[in-house]
Amino acid sequence: MQKSLKERLAILSDAAKYDASCASSGTTKRDAMESGGLGSTEGMGICHAYTPDGRCISLLKILMTNFCIYDCAYCINRSSSNVARARFTPEEVVWLTLEFYRRNYIEGLFLSSGIIRSSDDTMEQMVKIAQTLRQEHNFRGYIHLKTIPKASDDLIEKAGQFADRLSINIELPTDKGLETYAPEKQPQNIRKSMGQLRLKIEEHGEKSYSGKRKRFAPGGQSTQMIVGADGANDATILGSSARLYSSYGLKRVYYSAFSPIPDSSKNLPLIKPPLIREHRLYQADWLYRFYGFDVHEITQIGQNGMLDLELDPKLAWALGNRGRFPVDVNRADKEMLLRIPGFGLKTVNRILSARKHKNLRLEDLGRFGVSTAKARYFIVADGWSPHRTLDRANLRQLFAPQPEQLQLL
Amino acid sequence: MRYQVILEGRGDLEEWRNAARAYVCANIRPEYMEWVVEKSAPDLFSATERQHTPVLAHLREHIFVPPAFLKLAEAAICHTAPDRFDTLYKVLFHLQDDRFLLNDRSNSNIARLHQLANNVRRDSHKMKAFVRFREVPNAAANRRRFVAWFEPDHFIVERTAPFFQKRFTDMDWLIASPKGTAAWDGTTLKTSRKPSPRPEATDQMDELWQTYFANIFNPARLKLKAMQSEMPKKYWKNMPEAALIPELIEKAEARVRNMHAAQAKQPPTFHQRLQEKWKAEGEVPSLLSPFEQLQHQAAQCTACSLHCNATQTVFGEGATDASIMFVGEQPGDHEDLTGRPFVGPAGELFDQALNAAGIDRLKIYVTNAVKHFKHIQRGKRRLHERPNTQEIEHCRWWLAKELGLVQPNVVVAMGATAYLSLSGERKPIAEIRGAPIPMANNIMMLVTTHPAAILRMPDKRKQEKMREIFVQDIRAATHLCATLPARNLSP
Repeated sequence: MQKSLKERLAILSDAAKYDASCASSGTTKRDAMESGGLGSTEGMGICHAYTPDGRCISLLKILMTNFCIYDCAYCINRSSSNVARARFTPEEVVWLTLEFYRRNYIEGLFLSSGIIRSSDDTMEQMVKIAQTLRQEHNFRGYIHLKTIPKASDDLIEKAGQFADRLSINIELPTDKGLETYAPEKQPQNIRKSMGQLRLKIEEHGEKSYSGKRKRFAPGGQSTQMIVGADGANDATILGSSARLYSSYGLKRVYYSAFSPIPDSSKNLPLIKPPLIREHRLYQADWLYRFYGFDVHEITQIGQNGMLDLELDPKLAWALGNRGRFPVDVNRADKEMLLRIPGFGLKTVNRILSARKHKNLRLEDLGRFGVSTAKARYFIVADGWSPHRTLDRANLRQLFAPQPEQLQLL
Repeated sequence: MRYQVILEGRGDLEEWRNAARAYVCANIRPEYMEWVVEKSAPDLFSATERQHTPVLAHLREHIFVPPAFLKLAEAAICHTAPDRFDTLYKVLFHLQDDRFLLNDRSNSNIARLHQLANNVRRDSHKMKAFVRFREVPNAAANRRRFVAWFEPDHFIVERTAPFFQKRFTDMDWLIASPKGTAAWDGTTLKTSRKPSPRPEATDQMDELWQTYFANIFNPARLKLKAMQSEMPKKYWKNMPEAALIPELIEKAEARVRNMHAAQAKQPPTFHQRLQEKWKAEGEVPSLLSPFEQLQHQAAQCTACSLHCNATQTVFGEGATDASIMFVGEQPGDHEDLTGRPFVGPAGELFDQALNAAGIDRLKIYVTNAVKHFKHIQRGKRRLHERPNTQEIEHCRWWLAKELGLVQPNVVVAMGATAYLSLSGERKPIAEIRGAPIPMANNIMMLVTTHPAAILRMPDKRKQEKMREIFVQDIRAATHLCATLPARNLSP
């Protein structure tokens, strides 16, 4: 018996939830005023709701179908799983997207799919959905399409024309891991697809001689890596993502703490998802991309190539490099200000512009909206010095969470 | 003397600006100003009292403010905090003496102004996020009609309405709130600052939305703080999905426990069929030509560690019966992405040189000594790194296969790496350039510079010279080829 739309929505959104990305940012600004249609994008994404897992719902994130010919151990939709199977018709996906959008539940669609029959067959149907939304319904909201490895160049070209972002998941940080857990997926094919996307994005980013740009995924490409399913340490993971950023110009690498799935494969650990580790990886990723840190600097501080779970990576780095502190907020260059624990990009810019007017005191920083709880030990300001705090052997204890006290029974 | 100004104060910048302008022109210091919001019962002040404006001196003709101040003021004026007018006036007043005042975020007034503006922007952002439209019947049959009820903290409805107009252009909608309303009918956007009653509506789509909300939630990763800091409880009552939250939280732990407890089941029957199909596909199809088979095998090569960091194997390409074969060092960034040799900047130079020498690239065979791109990361870029002896040694196997298959008369070694790979010895290019070197199987080798080395030459005149020599060397290769006796192609 055919399952109802509601039942299938339940199955196909459940199947999509292990993809961490729900971003609707980074694309061109546009709206529906000229066309009189529906939809806009603001550059910055909007989260329309939050689920109790703390994740944002920005897009309708669903699978076209969760039938799949691959058997990737970590995936709920692998062919050996007994999970309930369903599929949407392209018309149903279009209808759901538009009706959800009209009620302001979402910013757009994030469509992925299990692989049915062949790569091209699957990709073609996904492209058709995006095309219908754009051309028949004048939809100007956000569309993120997952690209299927080995899909033909022609289909990728079309996908980029209609979608804001394209992505293909690297899944695991090493080729070895992929070989073990996703035997049918070839790391080389995944990398080839990413390389192909980078070339297309760059090619279309340049103006042609007529001055017009042909649209191709203006929101760029992203990928996802599962953390904690294989034995890769944080140094390996971050090394992999640094390589992906530099090789393929990715907008984002998402880290997804491996999470137990129903009818799990026997080959994988049934662990609690390492949420703090995931969080630390994102922090380290940020340091690498925006704060001028080298991956090696961040990962060599901890033990066995793992990040410190108790301290954020910037603080851990500062504690390991005390010799470079305290830093004078009134004199230090931007590069060094960015390395002070607790200071973000905005804070640093505010310091740089405010110190042209006067010598900054610790209280002044408080008014920037900066918490100086951490930073105060690492900086010198007008009337403030940490004195010998930095030399204290137990400095770490100032920051590390207090050990839980035992209770008398 | 103190000056009292009474304002309606529901997010109208114009109202405050007109008053403030007059007082700043009269140079009235902020300490003497008192800003009062008109109470909901307007007869608290008589009409005459409200319209009473003191006669002010006119000490300044014009007031100038940086554009950033207006942006901040437009936001801050929408705040409900009683000190909004006073803070704005203080900043406006002091800006007249210090036009860079806004840059000093440590100044308490500037800090407060930013805080007010940020609160308003956040509230406006949350309105864009959390308004929920419900469909209602529309008299005009050609347009659909939706209504929403939203309870903002500040007077932001007017400010946020254009967002909805630009997004929901093809439908009629009304957003009602205790702090004003906005409505769009396809032609005009109407806004009002008056409180509005709550429109009643139910929508069947809410049920599908709840289904989505419940299923996209992962019970194994409860993070309640993260949820509530972004979606505070005060918004929940007007969001259909929020009603599910308590139950989702309550059952999460049991759901995860059940997942752990469940025994792995037998895979479904179609899994077996698929697995057999995969096994069949894994073997090299026998229909491929010998060259395609070689290409196929090389694509899987993991003999050295370079394959992990590169995108793909870049194998040789061109005519497999070519009489001249060109060997470079290794693929570069562009070659690595496309999977083809000599297509980047060095490839462009190479193509130009071939053209100048009158050679059709389709009739030669082009490859590299090393088939994977070796590089180091510098920020967001990949920089070429020279392959080491071991890597060259590993890859010689493939080059030998290519030589054996193509059987050229002449091999042109471009650069030291190519020479090392072909001859097994290291020599400076300058020493061996130009003179034919006999190899095994009656193949003659000519050595020249690598096109990338020409590109790296900073001196333009020297670069031009190198380019000319490079073209001459290629010409020499064709001449050499023509003088050699025809080779027996079959092994």
